[in-house]
Amino acid sequence: MAQTEERVSSGGIGRYLMVYLAILILAGLQFVIAYQHIDGAQMFARMFFIAVAEAGLGLMFFMHLWEEKRGLLLFVAVFTIFVIAAMQYGWPDSFRMLVGVPGAR
Amino acid sequence: MSQADLTLHQQSTHSAAMAEPTFSVPAKKMAMWLFIIADTATFAGCLVAYGFLRNGTPDWPTPFKFSPSVVNAMIMTFILVSSSLTMLIAIRAAKAGDKSGAFLWTMITAAAGLLFAILHLREWLGMINEGATLFHNPWGTPLFGASFFSITGLHLLHVVGGIVALAAVAIRYRGGRYNADDIEITGLYWHFVDLVWMFVVPFVYLLNVGH
Repeated sequence: MAQTEERVSSGGIGRYLMVYLAILILAGLQFVIAYQHIDGAQMFARMFFIAVAEAGLGLMFFMHLWEEKRGLLLFVAVFTIFVIAAMQYGWPDSFRMLVGVPGAR
Repeated sequence: MSQADLTLHQQSTHSAAMAEPTFSVPAKKMAMWLFIIADTATFAGCLVAYGFLRNGTPDWPTPFKFSPSVVNAMIMTFILVSSSLTMLIAIRAAKAGDKSGAFLWTMITAAAGLLFAILHLREWLGMINEGATLFHNPWGTPLFGASFFSITGLHLLHVVGGIVALAAVAIRYRGGRYNADDIEITGLYWHFVDLVWMFVVPFVYLLNVGH
């Protein structure tokens, strides 16, 4: 626990404020993108990358994952990314619902 | 070395290995990280299923107008992100041994969460008044209501759970039954709820803005 105390006290409030402002700016950017005249796929991609950046900042600095042992960082990253990636197998079927079986025509 | 000595040596090595916290993280904190990973999968599953339906439904509704829905989402985002900052201040105060400061900032975080929940319910009531329910809405496919209310409802449930947890931990911390680590662990949960909202807003609200 002493280690934890050192970790928390070593990070100044100024750094938290910077991260807080960065997250607010990124969140604001998402609202701006929502009113851009771009196609849905591009809008999704831009919003997704911004959300990932926001979540990354939150994870690393608000949740102090950056200051934990690298093993924990890897454990959280590998398991989370693997589980989320494994859920993506259904997308081709989603497109089939919209445009038919790919390659059928 | 005799067989008995060897067994004793193996047992002591095993005990030492078991006593060492995983990744040098205290057990309670590790349990919270495991919960966060599992809950990430839950929310990711909901959002992927929502994306699947939205992608495969040509008449997906885009009912959110700038006012009140998008403005409300902006205010809710500001409140939730700001509550993460107040939570960090509470954790710092707790680690510094400032009990009253930690209690105050944790309760401010809980109050921000309560404000978020009230705004969220106001948003829901507005939609319900327009005729949107779980299985029906006036704008198009009924799946819209099901996915919107289930995803935002699951998040709202987490926020309400977080408010209760923050208040309970703060009161017990002030009473001396909990310590600074408990404030920090509850803070991890609260930050996670904030992170989930960063994905819910663009996918559930902003991609369905009516131009």
